[in-house]
Amino acid sequence: MRAALWAIGVLVLLFLVLPILVVVPLSFSAGSFLTYPLPGLSLRWYAAFFASDFWLPALWNSLLVGSASAALATLFGVPAAFGLWRADFPGRRIMMAVILAPMVVPAIVVAVALLLAFGPRGLANTFGGLVAAHAMLGVPFVVVTVLAALSRFDAVLLRAAAACGAGPWRAFFRVCLPRIAPGVAAGAVFAFATSLDETVVVLFLAGPGQRTLPRQMFAGLNDEISLTVMAAATLMAALSVLLLGAVALLQRPAR
Amino acid sequence: MRRGMWRGAIGAAVGIGLALFGAAGVQAQGRDLTVVSWGGAYQDAQREIYFRPWMQARNQRLLEETWDGGVGVLRARVQSGANTWDVVQVESEELLIGCEEGLYERLDWEAIGGRDNYIPQAVSDCGVGAILYSFVLAWDRTRLQTAPRGWADFFDTRRIPGRRALRRGPKTTLEIALLADGVAPGDVYRLLATDAGVDRAFRKLDAIRSDLAWWERGSQPPQWLASGEVVLTNAYNGRIAAANANDGRDFGIAWDQNLYTLDSWVIMRGSPNRQRALDFLRFVGQAQNQAQLPPRIPYGVTARAANGLIPNNILAQLPTAPQNAQAALQIDDKFWLDNLDRLNARFNAWVSR
Amino acid sequence: MTGRRGAILLVAPLLLALLVGFIAPIGAFLWRAVADDEVASVLPRSIAVLRGWDGGAVPEAAFIALAEDLREARIRDAETGAGGIARAAARLNAEFPGLRSLLPATGRRVTQPGEEQAKILSAGEAWATQGPWRAIQRAGGPVSDYRLLATLDLRRDGEGTITQAPADARVYRDVLLRTLWISAFTTLICLLMGYPLAWLIATAPPRAQPWLLGAVLLPFWTSLIVRTAAWMVLLQKEGIVNSALLGTGLIAEPLPLLLNRFAVLVAMVHILLPFMVLPVLAVVREVDPRLPRAAASLGAGRLRIFRRVLLPLSLPGVGAGCLLVFVQALGFYVTPALLGGPNDQMLAWFIGFHANRLVDWGMAAALSVLLLAAVAVVIGLYGRLVGFDKVRTA
Repeated sequence: MRAALWAIGVLVLLFLVLPILVVVPLSFSAGSFLTYPLPGLSLRWYAAFFASDFWLPALWNSLLVGSASAALATLFGVPAAFGLWRADFPGRRIMMAVILAPMVVPAIVVAVALLLAFGPRGLANTFGGLVAAHAMLGVPFVVVTVLAALSRFDAVLLRAAAACGAGPWRAFFRVCLPRIAPGVAAGAVFAFATSLDETVVVLFLAGPGQRTLPRQMFAGLNDEISLTVMAAATLMAALSVLLLGAVALLQRPAR
Repeated sequence: MRRGMWRGAIGAAVGIGLALFGAAGVQAQGRDLTVVSWGGAYQDAQREIYFRPWMQARNQRLLEETWDGGVGVLRARVQSGANTWDVVQVESEELLIGCEEGLYERLDWEAIGGRDNYIPQAVSDCGVGAILYSFVLAWDRTRLQTAPRGWADFFDTRRIPGRRALRRGPKTTLEIALLADGVAPGDVYRLLATDAGVDRAFRKLDAIRSDLAWWERGSQPPQWLASGEVVLTNAYNGRIAAANANDGRDFGIAWDQNLYTLDSWVIMRGSPNRQRALDFLRFVGQAQNQAQLPPRIPYGVTARAANGLIPNNILAQLPTAPQNAQAALQIDDKFWLDNLDRLNARFNAWVSR
Repeated sequence: MTGRRGAILLVAPLLLALLVGFIAPIGAFLWRAVADDEVASVLPRSIAVLRGWDGGAVPEAAFIALAEDLREARIRDAETGAGGIARAAARLNAEFPGLRSLLPATGRRVTQPGEEQAKILSAGEAWATQGPWRAIQRAGGPVSDYRLLATLDLRRDGEGTITQAPADARVYRDVLLRTLWISAFTTLICLLMGYPLAWLIATAPPRAQPWLLGAVLLPFWTSLIVRTAAWMVLLQKEGIVNSALLGTGLIAEPLPLLLNRFAVLVAMVHILLPFMVLPVLAVVREVDPRLPRAAASLGAGRLRIFRRVLLPLSLPGVGAGCLLVFVQALGFYVTPALLGGPNDQMLAWFIGFHANRLVDWGMAAALSVLLLAAVAVVIGLYGRLVGFDKVRTA
């Protein structure tokens, strides 16, 4: 019984991990075919990545849009989470539903709706529009993560601070924020990762000047699956591992 | 302290907002010339002989995009108010439809070298001819020993078993179905104008439906042939030749009953880069620049003087070469102007079932 | 700034931003599913003339009005790129098939005034019948349910009763069923694969746990497009899977693994599996290990322990996992677009196709209503059957 569970579990794990691990070595191939055995190892596809007119700007765009939208989502999301945690008020459930809506509405509906809303206002095909869209998609993650961090925070501390004469702002920044900082940071990383992964909205809302990595990969996969695309995929996977590590590190002390 | 915090927070938020939208505004006014073409080996060639040299000569940036056709895409761009494209290479019926619907700017012919600089087919109100090309039947000689003789063989899954690909959409697909069904090239469009003719074409397609794959980008057919994904495909003639020349492939081309047509450059309506766009088209229209294209990818070009600068052995590979042109069916753009939307709807319903 | 008011003030900026930037655009977009103004804005005179028409012989005034409307619309289209005629024609085609091409073609005939009736009739015989005129009459707006009906392959006939669309025009019922089927199948496979894995991780020795969990989190964090790309490479005709199978002699000819339903399902299971494993894991981790031991000491067999003790305890996690996987699967766009053939595309693809390729935003909106309705039904059912207080995710 136990052995069977292990056998099934390990097979499923292999199914999860192998497809990603198998692709990574391909990007170091000296040849140009998408299969094994590799004719030799080289960095030529990475050289092609960095020399291309498209990939490097796409990487920068991804990082730029990701950090701007994560900052915006955090700026709006943290106070909102704090407000939702502080008091129960009428309509709180509906507010929560509105805030979580971007997680539930399918991306394609968001993409077309935003294209039609942003287009006439000159926001489509701009960094501003894309950042705003991604911030809205990322903000539920910030709110949820910060709420989770706040649930471990003892509200008595705030009252104690108030009793000592600290105003609510001071109390928040001096007493509360330091305790929930890992949660805030994790929320920001989630928002960043959401933006980094987002393909559909970018496809509809971004112009040639805002091509991000996923958008460029989508075009590349549609066009010609060269090993440069695999090099880009490997870089993106490495970026994901970094983010995963960051979140694991941030959430460790809280556990 | 408290007030300071408030001010700081609001200031930061407003600052970020202004920076973002300011950046957006600046970009909308001074964006770079954006040229849209068809990707793959073709756009690689264009980049080498048109895009990069133009950027160097004018010391300006040029952004590239790729698309795979469809007048709807252009309508969506103009009508959603979210257009960033300046110069687009369009197919012949897209030229007519879009010109009528005001999707393009009227061309200032004097600014691009005058009408006489070009062959007559290349001249119209909204567009200037870019290339002359053909849809041909192609296969990989290293995999397929029995060479297909024409579209009839394309539909003969017993003679040549395996998956085969056509371009997604009614244009070319319906013509090919009728040609394969034994319709003479001269009768194809007369038949397609009737419901019975369209039914006949779809019936023919139904017969090999489960063996059909649909490509959308011009780079897909050579790639699918190379990877063995399909045994037969229709394809742009240039992509097949380019794969043979550059990637060491051994693809065969059947010129018999090829579908011959012309693509044009247009300037999108309301482009803020109209002057630069015209300057770019003038550059692209110069015979000595155009003459560089066929050696890289064998498409016919539209400047009158260009053919004189192209070596004979290359001229013979072009769709315009007499032996190739005489076996061709010219795609009827007037027919597609009147019928594209209708047949598109029917094709889309048929293909997604 | 204390208590409720302060709390509301803190939530307000985000709430406002989302209402203006998210809820309002989606609402405005969905409204297009029922708005019916394409024809009214292009053919106002014709509609006015036909308003008094009794359905008998078509009055000559209608021909003149139509010619004037089309002339004006052509000029406006050419000046602004608004594409009014094309959109009105697409709308009218739903009422009278053939008008999609006939209306623009007619517009081309009447560019100069005079002899309107003869010119219009020369564009197409249909104008001599009542059909197209009745279509114009019916499409006068301002709202209509024809698009919502069309998403279920239904339409109204001449008398206004709801009927089936002709067989060769039926698409969307299939697409809806396909979408539900793919999502349900993906959910089922994810459950069958994810459930044992969650138990394994929960009961593994503490030293192995981080590694096992890491192996779930790595794909979870890896971009969807990267994982889709990986499957494209693996499943190619001369890709890694085929060459491995050929190498082992299991098959003699490479299998067509790409551009079909199989590829879509495999990749979707791969992408969504972590969303099943993590919620189940979060629940089964909390199961008190003394419970199964207690049951065993009372003489229950292994299967019985599982059925009566462990399975019921893990159900909330299973419910949450199924909900997460199913709802996400419903909206899949990128993966089927890259790995599937034309008849493997799901609702989301058709929404994009209508918005981007056909510029039929009304139909895109109607299909979005359908998709959102499917999502809402699933979430509602879940709330009814399981309840949201039990949802727990990692």
